[in-house]
Amino acid sequence: MRKTIFISAIAFGLSAAIQVSSVQAAGGDSPALEKVDWSFSSVFGTYRLKQLRRGFTVYQGVCASCHGLKLLHYRNLAEIGLSIAQIKAIAADQTKKVRNDEGEEEDKPREIKDRLPEMTNKVNNKVPPDLSLMAKARLGGPNYLYSLLVGYKKPPGGKKLDDGQFWNAYFPGHVIAMAPPITEDGQVEYTEKGSPKATVKQMAEDVTAFLMWAAEPNLGDRKRMGIKVLLFLLIFTAVFYAIYRRVWRGVKH
Amino acid sequence: MSMADHFMKNPSPRNLNYWWNFGSLAGLTLIIMIVTGLFLSMHYTPHVDFAFDSVERIMRDVNYGWLLRYVHMNGGTMFFLVVYIHIFRGMYYGSYKAPRELLWWLGIVIFILMMATAFMGYVLPWGQMSFWGAKVITNLFSAIPLVGESVTEWLWGGFTVGNPTLNRFYSLHFLLPFAILGVVFLHVWALHTTKSNNPLGIDMKGPQDSIPFHPYYTYKDLFGVGIFFIVFAVIVFFAPNFFGEPDNYIRANELVTPPHIVPEWYFLPFYAILRSITFDIWFLDAKLLGVIAMGASILILFVLPWLDSSKVRSATFRPIYKWFFWIFVLDCLVLGYVGGNSPDDMAIVGVKFVTLGQIATFWYFFHFIILLPLISRIERPKPLPHSISEPVLKGGGGAATAASSQPMEKA
Repeated sequence: MRKTIFISAIAFGLSAAIQVSSVQAAGGDSPALEKVDWSFSSVFGTYRLKQLRRGFTVYQGVCASCHGLKLLHYRNLAEIGLSIAQIKAIAADQTKKVRNDEGEEEDKPREIKDRLPEMTNKVNNKVPPDLSLMAKARLGGPNYLYSLLVGYKKPPGGKKLDDGQFWNAYFPGHVIAMAPPITEDGQVEYTEKGSPKATVKQMAEDVTAFLMWAAEPNLGDRKRMGIKVLLFLLIFTAVFYAIYRRVWRGVKH
Repeated sequence: MSMADHFMKNPSPRNLNYWWNFGSLAGLTLIIMIVTGLFLSMHYTPHVDFAFDSVERIMRDVNYGWLLRYVHMNGGTMFFLVVYIHIFRGMYYGSYKAPRELLWWLGIVIFILMMATAFMGYVLPWGQMSFWGAKVITNLFSAIPLVGESVTEWLWGGFTVGNPTLNRFYSLHFLLPFAILGVVFLHVWALHTTKSNNPLGIDMKGPQDSIPFHPYYTYKDLFGVGIFFIVFAVIVFFAPNFFGEPDNYIRANELVTPPHIVPEWYFLPFYAILRSITFDIWFLDAKLLGVIAMGASILILFVLPWLDSSKVRSATFRPIYKWFFWIFVLDCLVLGYVGGNSPDDMAIVGVKFVTLGQIATFWYFFHFIILLPLISRIERPKPLPHSISEPVLKGGGGAATAASSQPMEKA
């Protein structure tokens, strides 16, 4: 039994190491990611709705002009604590194309049932990617996103970059077409009472947490269910073990 | 015996250890995959313009869709984990030897069907890795001389991986698990014909060596299921994307090639073997040789009972084979490590991954083709116990056994 557990642990550990090493090999010459103590990280992690609302404010003010969020519907914003009235107002700021009775396309304000906009215009010759899954679509996840946002530096060795190119310590290849999006404190106003100061780092953290929620809205449910499931399993596996030992008592094997 | 009797009364060796739990775990995982897959199929759209979004709709809007998706996705990992352990158990204890050759063959058929099913399943979300993995692997068919290009276009349903490909992969991904179910039925039937092997590798000779499957192994297996579910739950609820690639959360784009195209972890050793043949031999080019090597690495398992001709089944009594078994396991792990990395990167000082892969591939085939026949000829096995119950009655002390304590009768 001990030998079994030992070997299984080694095998699992080795395969985990293989996964991790394969992943790190792709890192190249970037420095280690900035690590933030996210509220949603641990086994008991959850989103902080106030932070998500602040993050949404940052998204609206800084990112939404170029980056779409088309996998979200306006109704999802109710999950982070915005009121129906607030959401309707936010939705109505955007338009959607609708065919009228004459068959002509016209612009109508978006409604709570609609998706958030998709952005297809080019900026610096590239279409800015949709952010709905960005927190899961990059190695390092939210730590990578945060590091990227705070990782803009002067190019080393006085390297000259073209217009529309910027140097980032964490972006693979270091040359990124996105201008530093969050550049000064107070760039966005946190209107909710009790909000922290909108420093660059705070805004970067908040928008990253928001993007993590956008990518994985069910994280809280998942972890809560996981705890209940594991508790159940631990108890019942212990019961099954006791049954097994009792059934086998006195049987030579 | 009726089917129910088969299950309950099947005479099983009394000395099975926990490595024998993995067959039932594999069967359980198959059922879980079929049920979660069925419910996912109610919401999935197999069209290139809708597939990715339909999966995201499952994750966000379908009630417990995220749970269905994560259980199915990580269930694939659990299935291969359990089956690999099950296969290695067979190799260690000689479960592939006479009279269980057919059982072993049916197992390899199940393994091949699993690989086809998993490959096609990974394409369905239509992420970057789905598309590019499909492109790389289906392109291998073009290596077949003369008919390669035509076969590949026929498989694709077009001139590249596209909507017809996705549609037929969905269709086959839905079908094959039921083929697997059928072969599993045959696999269990074959098992019940020969009865289980055991850690000593010697036959059951009489009722003192066996116990009925129920309640002894039903309850032991139930305990094993508990441990299995704990591992499964930790992964599904707390690290559901640990075994995945971030690139698969990006929509497939045929104009953008990902920097590293890698399959899921359970294919990595075979991917390493495929990429390790970098040279032509005579009229056979490297691409074709890679495909042949990859295929041979699986097909060679069919001849294992004849490559290893030792009459002794269990590695417990085969001191030389035991060492080489563990080296083989290490070799498979090294192949997996190589498969997950870029061939031109450095593995260890001065050695590129491609070179390490070549060494490990060579060893893989060397183990089967040279070592096993050689070892079975020159090895002097340790003396076997006379019967399964003998070491138990002699070694153990004390309590009366559940079986009779009469002297052994001839079978």
